Amino acid sequence: METRDHSGQHRRANSLDEKDYAHIPGWGVDLARENRPAYPMERTPPRLEGASTERPQDQPLNVQVFHSIERPGVTPLFGSSAPPSGLSGKLRGAAYKLSENDIRHWLMLQMADRVNVIEGIGQDLGQGRVPNIFAEMGIRAEWQHNKAGLVRKVVVASAVAGLACYLLKRRNARLTR
Amino acid sequence: MLAMNYRGPYRVRADQKPEPQIEHPNDAIVRVTRSCICGSDLHLYHGMMPDTRVGMTFGHEFTGVVEQVGLGVQNLKVGDHVLVPFNIFCGACYFCQRELYSNCHNTNPEASAVGGIYGYSHSTGGYDGGQAEYVRVPMADVGPTVLPPDMDPDDAVLLTDALPTGYQAAEMGSIRRGDTVVVFGAGPVGIFAAKSAWLLGAGRVIVVDHVEYRLDFVRKYAQCEVINFREVDDMAVHIKKMTDWLGADVCIDCVGCEAVGNAMQTLTGRYLKWQAGSATVLHWAINSVRKGGHVSIVGVYGPTFNALPIGNAINKGLTLRMNQASVKRHLPRLIEHIQAGRIDPKQIITHRVPLEEVADAYHIFSSKLDHCIKTVLVPPRAAL
Repeated sequence: METRDHSGQHRRANSLDEKDYAHIPGWGVDLARENRPAYPMERTPPRLEGASTERPQDQPLNVQVFHSIERPGVTPLFGSSAPPSGLSGKLRGAAYKLSENDIRHWLMLQMADRVNVIEGIGQDLGQGRVPNIFAEMGIRAEWQHNKAGLVRKVVVASAVAGLACYLLKRRNARLTR
Repeated sequence: MLAMNYRGPYRVRADQKPEPQIEHPNDAIVRVTRSCICGSDLHLYHGMMPDTRVGMTFGHEFTGVVEQVGLGVQNLKVGDHVLVPFNIFCGACYFCQRELYSNCHNTNPEASAVGGIYGYSHSTGGYDGGQAEYVRVPMADVGPTVLPPDMDPDDAVLLTDALPTGYQAAEMGSIRRGDTVVVFGAGPVGIFAAKSAWLLGAGRVIVVDHVEYRLDFVRKYAQCEVINFREVDDMAVHIKKMTDWLGADVCIDCVGCEAVGNAMQTLTGRYLKWQAGSATVLHWAINSVRKGGHVSIVGVYGPTFNALPIGNAINKGLTLRMNQASVKRHLPRLIEHIQAGRIDPKQIITHRVPLEEVADAYHIFSSKLDHCIKTVLVPPRAAL
């Protein structure tokens, strides 16, 4: 016989009795909405001691800073880390000509990020430093805590590389025949 | 100074970098005493956040000692030991005047959706972060909070993001007495969301993850039920069965864009990047919550788009709330909770790693090796 669904009428309620939660430290101490620190969602004036309501002074622009075209200019404050440079900088500049509403803006930024990684390796080499990519990826920790996993990765990578070499060789041999 | 240096996806190292300078009269320079790796740092580390530039220093969870202040700083003095919320905010703009500090309009030129965040790509303002010996702290009069004398710095560093984010996640669920709350994700934020749900009066708290050691931890720490989603055929059906077929009152996403559990979402969101990350948890949350229920989202997603069952959300009459935590507004109450012994944040710290070994620390956290839940980086000049 087909089972019928009567679940719409019944629901076992969880206990509403504080005593049933005595084993949980602080149960229900923030039950009252007005005691919750983020209630209501928008709260004016803000509870900030000593804050000024004046717009902050403009930080001097000593590096190139892009700004979203969804705002009229650079904000009073900004970070000056890793200013744009090279090809990635040009790509980022092009991306910031498009709004955040335009998917191309974000895709171009992600492309710039990948170009920037290659530039970073070039930068290291230019400074006479060969980046220790395995150390940067935490191979020491992998060896220490996941030897079997590391061995498995090495075996799989070697097998894939070996297969690729074999296929390439076979193709070259066929072409030279 | 020694600082974490991002070199590309899955590649970071500790390098010597120039010390930060006062760039604005309201700046302070802080010597870092503790700095955590956050789950959201992994989105940068995995190359998922647009405009993450090589050479940047990550780190938005840190405490430190004020070493220098700009001419305009009045509330902080050299020698103060401070915890620094991850939000960089001015306190004066339209949004700060409404206590929406994470949405400050004066600190992030590169995007309009979110305010400035320390060490979190140029999409959040291009500020270097606290995984370094020193860090520039803008708007030093409004952001940092001086540590109460009895506060353990390990507790304090978790007040800069993880605990307030978990608390806000629970609060945005508008929990009522006796509600059934499902928290997706047993990372630090999920753990604190589960703990906070009880403070807000939940009647039942269930945490979902697939990492067994984290489920074990949260079961004991937050005294909640747990589900390993690898052992469940269909998450929505499972939650319905657990809740007399009606669904949970509140579902909370504490995972974000790197969720696993659905092959198609993982492929399109994480590997092919056709979406702004995997929306697996958003599907689970929307489909597992009861009609008229609340879905709260603090898991981080990229800025492009995700495929969501928004039709189900409409038909169920859901309330969806989400935001980056406005840390500063939660601090007074959360400090009270710590002092009263209701929450002991530092218990989640599993690893303490010298800053010099930052590459290993990231790898351990990212790959969930050695039962890692929370990693604290300790710079060479961290001593108080």
